[in-house]
Amino acid sequence: MHKVVQNADEAIRGIQDGSTLMLGGFGLCGIPENCISALVKSGVKNLTCISNNAGVDDFGIGLLLQSKQVKKMISSYVGENAEFERQLLTGELEVELLPQGTLAERCRAAGAGIPAFFTPAGYGTEIAEGKETREFHDKQYIMETAFESDYAIVKAWKGDTDGNLIYKATARNFNPMMAMAGKITIAEVEELVEPGELDPNFIHTPSIFVNRIFQGTHYEKRIEQRTIR
Amino acid sequence: MLTKEQIAKRIARELKDGYYVNLGIGIPTLVANYVPDTINVTLQSENGLLGMGPFPSEDELDADLINAGKQTVTTLPGSVFFDSATSFAMIRSGRVDLTVLGAMEVNDQGDIANWKIPGKMVKGMGGAMDLVASAQQIIVAMQHTNKAGESKLLSKLTLPVTGLGCVKKIVTNLCVIDVTPRGFELRELAPGVGVETVKNATAGKLVIEGEIPEIQF
Repeated sequence: MHKVVQNADEAIRGIQDGSTLMLGGFGLCGIPENCISALVKSGVKNLTCISNNAGVDDFGIGLLLQSKQVKKMISSYVGENAEFERQLLTGELEVELLPQGTLAERCRAAGAGIPAFFTPAGYGTEIAEGKETREFHDKQYIMETAFESDYAIVKAWKGDTDGNLIYKATARNFNPMMAMAGKITIAEVEELVEPGELDPNFIHTPSIFVNRIFQGTHYEKRIEQRTIR
Repeated sequence: MLTKEQIAKRIARELKDGYYVNLGIGIPTLVANYVPDTINVTLQSENGLLGMGPFPSEDELDADLINAGKQTVTTLPGSVFFDSATSFAMIRSGRVDLTVLGAMEVNDQGDIANWKIPGKMVKGMGGAMDLVASAQQIIVAMQHTNKAGESKLLSKLTLPVTGLGCVKKIVTNLCVIDVTPRGFELRELAPGVGVETVKNATAGKLVIEGEIPEIQF
């Protein structure tokens, strides 16, 4: 059970035209930069991407949109990406927008062996169209199903060669649930260490969920809204 | 008329000691600047931070530490990070006491629209649909009219709805309104604004009873 791969190109091996991918991150925070670059380089097409945001025009998933490699995006907020909005409004890109908590829970459910759940978010709105609704304790809920994803690509701060992961600050966001939810989970980390070097008390993602891991390089960690006191 | 800062300042008066509060992007974010010194309020940012601190200094700047508006922020003693599923568990289970958010339209039943203008603008709902479906109390901070001068307080929404019957209070540049089963109940007027001005700027059912006091800060 050897999980360590040398680099992003090796990590994304097997991702084909038409694959469904989960990509961790919130905005540009905690995104798998190395794997996104490798996907752009690979030229793989017709991807379905599940990710809270779509990056900005020239960074993050925005790079995959620029090169027209994405067929469908499943996201909650896409406001920072003009190219995304253009492709959406012209119909070049298929988009499913979901409440952010529903997006997170559909990932978590997938990773937890739960096929569906009921949430109040979106009841009475257009996102409830075609979905089963049910009343519990005098409140209306809609049924949402677990995502199915061929690959989950996450970014962690530290990882060990067994695949245990620790995230930093708010770069955690969707990464832990996505790590649980991929048929194959790929983790890129800033620092890869030997088993035993991470304190078991502070591991966020247990190794069992991770299939491939590598230490990334040249993290840009671009800041979207640089706000200073 | 109130400035954006004054709208935020008025909303800050609704905060109570011990509240967990989620502030949306725009005017709501400014509410954090007016939390009274006499109370403790914990800010929840849905990207995974409870106990959000002020913007960082140059030295403290950390790309891995942002709020839901993607702005760099800091932590405070007692702050905690968590994943998005845990964040929305807090929200859906009703543990966030107050949500303040912006809106494109609100109707007199408390329905809100703020995520999409069909054919023109699609930004997405982000966490707004989860928040409005579950927060204990929801206050909308917005301008009373849109850029074309049309009322944003309607009897019927024209834009896709974000949540039904959830808005309890609205603070605009003109006034403070409570949304009750009777409609938009006018509670307070901004300095220099008369009842007629609010009437003319409100398309939905407006309820005016007795003398309406001026907003006190």
